[in-house]
Amino acid sequence: MIGMTKTTIVCRCEDITEEDIIAIIHEGYTDLEEIRRRLRIGMGPCQGRVCIQLVKKILERETKKEVQETSLPTNRPPLIPISLGALASKKKQGGRHEKKS
Amino acid sequence: MKRKADIVIIGGGINGCALAYRLAKQKKNVVLLEKNYLSSGATGSCGAGIRQQWSTKENIELSMHSVKMFEGLNTELDSDIEFRQGGYLIINHTEKEMKQSEQNVALQRSLNLDVEILNVSDIQKIVPILDVKGMHAIGATFCPTDGHANPFKTTFAFARAAEKQGALLYTHTKVNQINKKKDYVYEIQTDKGILTSSWVINTAGVWSKDIAKHVSINLPNTPFRKEAMATERLQPLFEAMVISFHDGIYFSQQAEGQIVGGIPIPEERSGFHTMPTYAFLQHMAYTLTRYAPLLKQVNMLRHWTGFYDVTPDARPILGEDENVPGFVHCHGFSGHGFMLAPMVSKLIADQIVHGKTSSVLQRLSLKRFDDPDLIQEQNVVG
Repeated sequence: MIGMTKTTIVCRCEDITEEDIIAIIHEGYTDLEEIRRRLRIGMGPCQGRVCIQLVKKILERETKKEVQETSLPTNRPPLIPISLGALASKKKQGGRHEKKS
Repeated sequence: MKRKADIVIIGGGINGCALAYRLAKQKKNVVLLEKNYLSSGATGSCGAGIRQQWSTKENIELSMHSVKMFEGLNTELDSDIEFRQGGYLIINHTEKEMKQSEQNVALQRSLNLDVEILNVSDIQKIVPILDVKGMHAIGATFCPTDGHANPFKTTFAFARAAEKQGALLYTHTKVNQINKKKDYVYEIQTDKGILTSSWVINTAGVWSKDIAKHVSINLPNTPFRKEAMATERLQPLFEAMVISFHDGIYFSQQAEGQIVGGIPIPEERSGFHTMPTYAFLQHMAYTLTRYAPLLKQVNMLRHWTGFYDVTPDARPILGEDENVPGFVHCHGFSGHGFMLAPMVSKLIADQIVHGKTSSVLQRLSLKRFDDPDLIQEQNVVG
C-alpha cells in the first residue's frame, strides 16, 4: 500500500504495526479472526472500523488469497463506546430481573 | 488432506487443541478438524476464569490439578498465556448461600484447597471498588490461587505446540459424516476429503450433540445462550474475579486492563442467535455498577454471544464410550471447559495411549445419567 512502511501503525487502539501483522501471518495465523484474537486488533474503542480493512489487505497480499467480505468480524453494538452509568440509568431499581435478597 | 490417522479430534477449541498437543507428544498420529477457525466456539467467547471453588468433588479435583498445570504452561508451551492468580471472590447474599458455602469450603479444604470464608468487612480488602451495601453482601469465600488466563493465547499455544509435535490441524474443515466400520475403525467424511482413524474424540462443544449422532449416540446436552461484555482498558484496579451465584454475575479485570464480565440474559432466547441484546447490556451495566459504583464512568466497548454446552448435572461428559469403542467424549463442560482443559486432556490422553481409566473419568462417563441419584454441581454462574 502506498506510503506504508513496516513501522506504520495499523491498529491505533492497540498500537499494532504492519510489521507485527506480517510476523503473525508468517507464524501461521491466516484467518482474520485469529489475527484479531492474537493481536487484539478491532477490540479497542474503534471496534475495527479504522483497522480491519487494512488488515484484510495486508492478509490478502501476504497469503495471495482473497478474504471474503463475509468472513470479516461481525459488527456488533454499541457503535461508539458508551458509559456503564448511562446504560445502567435506563433500568429502574427493583425491576423484574433483580432478585430480592 | 491426510488419509489416515491414529486419532481424529473434532473441534478446535481449548480441549481439542490441548488433546492434540498431549497425544502428538506421545507419538500419536493426530489430526484435528475444526469447521471454523481455532477458538471460534465457546473457548473464544468465554470469560476465561479458572476456579477451584466447586460443590462437587470431581470438579474440585479436576480444577486443582488444572491450576497446577496452568502454572507451568508458559514454560511447557513456550508461549505467554497471561495466566494470573488474583483469586476468586464469591459473594454470598443469603443465609442459605452461607450454609452452602460452609459445606463447599469443608469439602474443598478436605481436598487440600486453600480457601477461606470472609466477613463482610473483609470483602473490600480483596476488591476495594466493591460496594458491600449495594451488593447486599453478607459474606464471601475467597481462594487466592484461582485466576484467569487469555483464552485465545492459551488455545493458540496448545495448537502451535501440537503442530511442533507433528499434529495436523485443519481449520475451515467440516465433518459431514462419520461411519463406524468396526470397533476402532472409523471413516470420517469432511468437505475437504475422507480420512480413517482408530479413535474419534468429540470436542465440538455445543455441536457435540450433532457429532455424536453420526455414531447413534444421543447426548443429553443443551446449548445455553450467554452474553459477555468488555470495557475500555483501565489501570489495574483489582486482581480477583468477583462472582455471585445469586445475581449470576461474574467480572474480572484482564491482563490488558479491560473489565470482562457476564450475567444471565433477561430475555432468554433459544436457538443459535449470535447477535447480543440490549436487555443484557442494561441488566449487566445496572448490576455491575451496583456492585462497583466507581465503574459508572467507565466505557463499555463491546459485547458478544457465546454458548454453554450444558448437561443435566452441569458437569462434563468424559472418556471412551461404553458401547462404541474408540469414540471418546470430551464435551458438556457447562461453561467450565476452559479451566478444566489442562487436566481433562491429560486424563483422556492417558486413557487412549495407556488404557488407563481414572475414577474421575468413570464418575463423569455418559452412563451416569442412567443413575437416578445424579449429583448436581451447585456452583454455576453466568
